[in-house]
Amino acid sequence: MLKEILMMALDNIIGNKMRSFLTMLGIMIGVTSIIALITVVQGVTGEVIDRFSEMGAGKVTVQAYGTALKAGLNENDIADLSAIEYVSGVSPTVSLGSTAVRNNKIFEDISVEGNNEIYFENNQDMVIQGRPLNIYDMSGYSNVCIIDENIADELFWGENPINKQMYLSGQNYTVVGLMESETNFYRQNVGRVKIPYKNALSLNAAANIMNIEIYLYDANETQAANYEIENVLNAAFNYAEDSFNIVNFESILSSMQEMQSMLTAMLTGIASIALLVGGVGIMNMMLVSVTERTTEIGLRKALGAEPRQIQYQFVIEAVLLSLLGGLFGALFGLLISYIASAAMDTKFALSPTAIALGLGFSALVGIVFGWAPARKASRLKPIDALRSE
Amino acid sequence: MSETVVDMVKIIKNYQIADQEIHVLKEIHLQIKQGEFIAVLGPSGSGKSTLMNIIGCLDTPTSGEYFLAGRKIQDQNEKTMARIRNTEIGFIFQSFHLLARQTALRNVELPLIYAGYKQKERRAMAEAMLEQVGLADRSSHFPNQLSGGQQQRVAIARALINNPTILLADEPTGALDQKTGIQVLELFHEINSRGRTIIMITHDAGIAKQAKRIVNIIDGIVSEGGLNIA
Ligand SMILES: Nc1ncnc2c1ncn2[C@@H]1O[C@H](COP(=O)(O)OP(=O)(O)O)[C@@H](O)[C@H]1O
Ligand SMILES: [Mg+2]
Repeated sequence: MLKEILMMALDNIIGNKMRSFLTMLGIMIGVTSIIALITVVQGVTGEVIDRFSEMGAGKVTVQAYGTALKAGLNENDIADLSAIEYVSGVSPTVSLGSTAVRNNKIFEDISVEGNNEIYFENNQDMVIQGRPLNIYDMSGYSNVCIIDENIADELFWGENPINKQMYLSGQNYTVVGLMESETNFYRQNVGRVKIPYKNALSLNAAANIMNIEIYLYDANETQAANYEIENVLNAAFNYAEDSFNIVNFESILSSMQEMQSMLTAMLTGIASIALLVGGVGIMNMMLVSVTERTTEIGLRKALGAEPRQIQYQFVIEAVLLSLLGGLFGALFGLLISYIASAAMDTKFALSPTAIALGLGFSALVGIVFGWAPARKASRLKPIDALRSE
Repeated sequence: MSETVVDMVKIIKNYQIADQEIHVLKEIHLQIKQGEFIAVLGPSGSGKSTLMNIIGCLDTPTSGEYFLAGRKIQDQNEKTMARIRNTEIGFIFQSFHLLARQTALRNVELPLIYAGYKQKERRAMAEAMLEQVGLADRSSHFPNQLSGGQQQRVAIARALINNPTILLADEPTGALDQKTGIQVLELFHEINSRGRTIIMITHDAGIAKQAKRIVNIIDGIVSEGGLNIA
């Protein structure tokens, strides 16, 4: 029976090609915009999120502001952080200022950062020439450094600086690596040097560890790790308020994802208005159709059609019309998002959710807006209907 | 051959228009037996179609009792009425009422769809029935590709397809010229000779004469017109 009713509905849609197409157009536009919007938004934000999580997954960054009694973290605190069970490695940054000297040439106001081997392992791309600092450099007696291109230009005059000597805060250092200079927006010729972490502490005993990156074994344990880290830091700063800040990428990531789904929901909501307008179009066409086919409805009833069968016929016709519009809309939407993602150079992700949503919505619109006309048809009295001609 | 298929007792049908009541059928008593070929003859507006609609279960009387094939028809729900129309009645209308976008074959199949037959069975039954009315070679034609007489024969095939108790025809020759009208009536005779009950409604005494029995209806009152041995 369902097959027959489907055939009848299809017959009528095909029999009124132009009208059916115009009616479908509204749904088509609605579904096209829903699918295009969702896939484009998800493509763009998905890419941002991907890059972000590549950068920061399984990593917690601590900024220690310190208190009046204790300006930053010390080696004991680092040891405590390293001891946390979820932590695979801790990479502190000891910051201090210094002056570099070579052959009577002087570079002042250099920012020196002491790091350990874990830092360099996790920042493989940093060294553009020479080698990064490794675990053998960390003994505290190895005076090696990595300089940036500004210092290389200023002190080495275009010579290859690798394996050459220079003085840093009066101590002789061997340059083993070169890194890119960072432009600072108020000081152009900023100089940066990286040295082993223990060397930095011995250069300035009062140097404080303000910045620590903590690497985790498993990014899924970020929350638990976060809790432990907080405990250690609270103890270190004696529970003083605003003495530190923990930035964890998981929470940034989840708020980005939240933003993405909010954006998607909002745009879908706006695009759904087009779908509603399309639904009204379907209702209009179905009402006209019922009026036009009153005699047919009467005849079908005289031949034995039950009210329910008439109702199904018209509801299915509306749903079919709407779904057909939805299907074309989905195709168009995917085409548009494919072109858009090619133009914006983002990843084209075929979103099954978007397609299911588009088709589901259009079927729903068909049922909702086809219901009243179909009910009207099913309630026609056969004699009145037959007499109407 | 003496089973009563239509039994009407004191059937009254009134229509309410504004605050005026129109009495269309006035205490009608009518018995029709299995195998009869009966004509209901009356002038326009006398209530013939109203009577036919009640016999055909398209409408219900204001009061009175109606038994169709022994079953009392009263206050049945729409679904049951649909079933009865589907299995007990074969309708033939003055204006044929064929679906314009369906072939002759599909038109004949229509009652079988609502009776729940499978496509294959439907096709075979409809083809056989079209052959019986002499239209075997026209099964894939659309109504507008057929003459009036051929269209009415498609409608007759459709009316007979579910093997109904009664063939109910309202002015079946009204839209046909005399020659094709006579052909349709010949087909009726043939169908009746195989035992099918036929109730034919007409305002034309000449056509009514073709039936075996005539019932006159004037102003909603029925009177026996006698038997024809034509
Ligand atoms: N639905 C209706 N409402 C009001 N009056 C009706 C209705 N149907 C039929 N009538 C009236 O009943 C009378 C009989 O109509 P009908 O049975 O169609 O006559 P016939 O078929 O004999 O020409 C007519 O006067 C007609 O106006
Ligand atoms: Mg009439």
